[in-house]
Amino acid sequence: MRLRSIPISAWIGMFGIALAFIAALFAPWLAPYGEREIIGAVWEPMSWQHPLGTDNLGRDLLSRLIFGAQTTLFVALGASVLSFTIGIVLSFIAAVTGGWIDQGLSRVNDLMMSIPTLIFALVVLAALPQEIWILILVMAVLDSTRVFRLGRAVALDIAVMDFVEAARLRGEGTSWIIFREILPNALSPLLAEFGLRFAFAVLFLSTLSFLGLGIQPPEADWGGMVRDNNDGIIFGVPAALIPGGAIAALAVCVNIVVDWLLRRTSSLKGGRDG
Amino acid sequence: MADALLEVANLRIGARTVEPDGTRAMLEIVKGISFSLPMGRVLGLIGESGAGKSTIGLAALAYGRGSVEITGGTVRLSGEDLLALGPRAINAVRGRRVAYVAQSAAAAFNPAHRLGDQVIEASLRFGLMSRREARARAVELFALLGLPEPESFGYRYPHQVSGGQLQRAMTAMALHRKPDLIVFDEPTTALDVTTQIDVLAAIKRAIEETGTAALYITHDLAVVAQIADEIMVLRHGEMVEHGTTAQIISDPQQDYTRALVNIRNVRKEAATDQSSAVLAVKGVTAAYGRGPKVLDNVSLHVPKGQTLAIVGESGSGKSTLARVITGLLPASAGEIWFNDAPLPPRLANRSKDQLRRIQLIYQMADTAVNPRQTVAQIIGRPLRLYHGLTGKTRQARVQQLLDDIEMGSGFADRYPAELSGGQKQRVAIARALAADPEIIICDEPTSALDPLVAEGILRLLMKLQAERDISYIFITHDIAIVRAIADSVAVMLQGRVQRFGPREEVLSPPFDAYTDLLLKSVPEMQPGWLEQAISARRMESGGQ
Repeated sequence: MRLRSIPISAWIGMFGIALAFIAALFAPWLAPYGEREIIGAVWEPMSWQHPLGTDNLGRDLLSRLIFGAQTTLFVALGASVLSFTIGIVLSFIAAVTGGWIDQGLSRVNDLMMSIPTLIFALVVLAALPQEIWILILVMAVLDSTRVFRLGRAVALDIAVMDFVEAARLRGEGTSWIIFREILPNALSPLLAEFGLRFAFAVLFLSTLSFLGLGIQPPEADWGGMVRDNNDGIIFGVPAALIPGGAIAALAVCVNIVVDWLLRRTSSLKGGRDG
Repeated sequence: MADALLEVANLRIGARTVEPDGTRAMLEIVKGISFSLPMGRVLGLIGESGAGKSTIGLAALAYGRGSVEITGGTVRLSGEDLLALGPRAINAVRGRRVAYVAQSAAAAFNPAHRLGDQVIEASLRFGLMSRREARARAVELFALLGLPEPESFGYRYPHQVSGGQLQRAMTAMALHRKPDLIVFDEPTTALDVTTQIDVLAAIKRAIEETGTAALYITHDLAVVAQIADEIMVLRHGEMVEHGTTAQIISDPQQDYTRALVNIRNVRKEAATDQSSAVLAVKGVTAAYGRGPKVLDNVSLHVPKGQTLAIVGESGSGKSTLARVITGLLPASAGEIWFNDAPLPPRLANRSKDQLRRIQLIYQMADTAVNPRQTVAQIIGRPLRLYHGLTGKTRQARVQQLLDDIEMGSGFADRYPAELSGGQKQRVAIARALAADPEIIICDEPTSALDPLVAEGILRLLMKLQAERDISYIFITHDIAIVRAIADSVAVMLQGRVQRFGPREEVLSPPFDAYTDLLLKSVPEMQPGWLEQAISARRMESGGQ
């Protein structure tokens, strides 16, 4: 692939994602102050000492934004990737094998989707120990039900194509059919869904944090920072808008990159990008 | 010509494309075409796919599909320049004076409305007649087109009538406004031969009686010879030859036209000894789920190194038979014998070696190869799976197979989207060959291809058979192909074998009623064949 063929929008997206990752990886060195350090008055305006001002407890907002990238990226991205892995594998197995395996998986999936996600998450997270990997796992499993539905619908369409039938006639196993014949052809809609699901994961994480079951204070995450500071909006303090803007910017960046990947993969079929 | 109805001069049409690297380009698909069409005449536009014939047809309505743009030239209807008209004026022309009949009537009708309402819709919309008059004219047209129960036909929904009837209803819709010009875009291509002849006759009669002019677009020279007064042969957006129908058929001037006229001169002598069966179908009955029987007590056999052609129209069960033989649909009764041993009915119970020996080539090469795999991956997979070839030896074998299918080097790393339809079908053949099969089931492998490309594929299949002693089961609805390549023939109708035996025996009289109809419905490349066939058919039914 030639670098010059990457459109400018994709570069912007990749730059944004890279920025968030750098912030997450090198937070202790990049942040001017500590994550939990109270360094000034409540909701101080932007100044040279505090480029983004201070938050509702007088902590440096920029530092918390940088530290928050760690948890936000790690948890939201981890949960999204995991949920797609679970959802795609199970839905493709259901679509390819059919019969009672398909029925069983689909009905269990329906059952899980029939319980409101938030309530389900609250019950499970309240019962289980508060560890970050459990949080990721619960978010991933809940989100994978949506991926399952999409994946099954896409895979069913592809599974009836002649080249899949040809693979069956050749005597290929299920894993070959799933990963070599169907998955490459299903990537376009799944990638598009990934961009959307990632944004939802960030929001869901902040909701959980708000209810006290997500990231635990005083650890910073972007969603939690919005919630901590949203009272300030009444007094004209923009502190809540900054982490909110960071979430929006990250979601937009992820979606731009996904859009570009989508165009690249679908152009192989020819004629799609007219 | 002064009295020309449609006058196209130096028409140029381009399509906007986006290259993989993002640059935009204009691809010229029609390069300076000129013709004029007097009132009441029929001009046939013929050429392979990509020749620009449909694009020209739509340009007569001043319409460009998708990213297509008319870049130059003029289209005049009775002296009025259509390309200069505004959107409102052009709509009026499309509504009143020019009509279009699409290839797929099934896709062109709205399934939620009655046929009659859709047929008269445009006439009412443009206020050409009252509803009562419109209804009466629709009934008249239904009768003219030979539709059953013309009085009540309009009350049916699209799904309640057959494909051939739907195509005639669409012709009625086009004729209803009494247009000066109708553009027929491959109206019979999707139909069975026995249906095609009825639709052709109906269209021809309707054109004669209403005195409308027509552009008739098709890739089948034999079909256009029945209807058109003049024929224009197109290739790559340029005119190859233009002349009267008689002249084009009997005295073509250009090499390309000559190739089109002399198509199907592939000939193979039928083998005489047909006793040794490599595959035998014994009394097979099959159905989908609990539905009606699709196959009913089918018995036939394929001799080693020979070709069995299975003919029949859509719905006759010929593709289902292929599914039973490959094990995709287990038979509910009867057995499949392969090399004197019964095959397990289910795919899952067959050994890898049994699977290897029976390969399948599909009708649509587009969907038969994975668009995300390169040619080398597609052909290389059976080599790895059945023969355990890897690395350099596999690479060498892939290249050898590519040479066998006459594609040479440079194709191994391409994706299917970068190949033409004929090349894709060749890759599918190479994939079948890679398994080293004893029998290849060919499910209409040439029906989606242009005639010259199809002929190349047939030649290739015959060459491979001679070299490797492979047996073919060739499923087709094209009698011309059967005449050319089959050793033995099975004629199927509604799930039963109507006739089975050596080619000369099946294709010579005395015939049963269906085989007779099938053979007489195949268009022959001479003007006047249609009238003869129809009158012969009338006489028979009159005599009974």
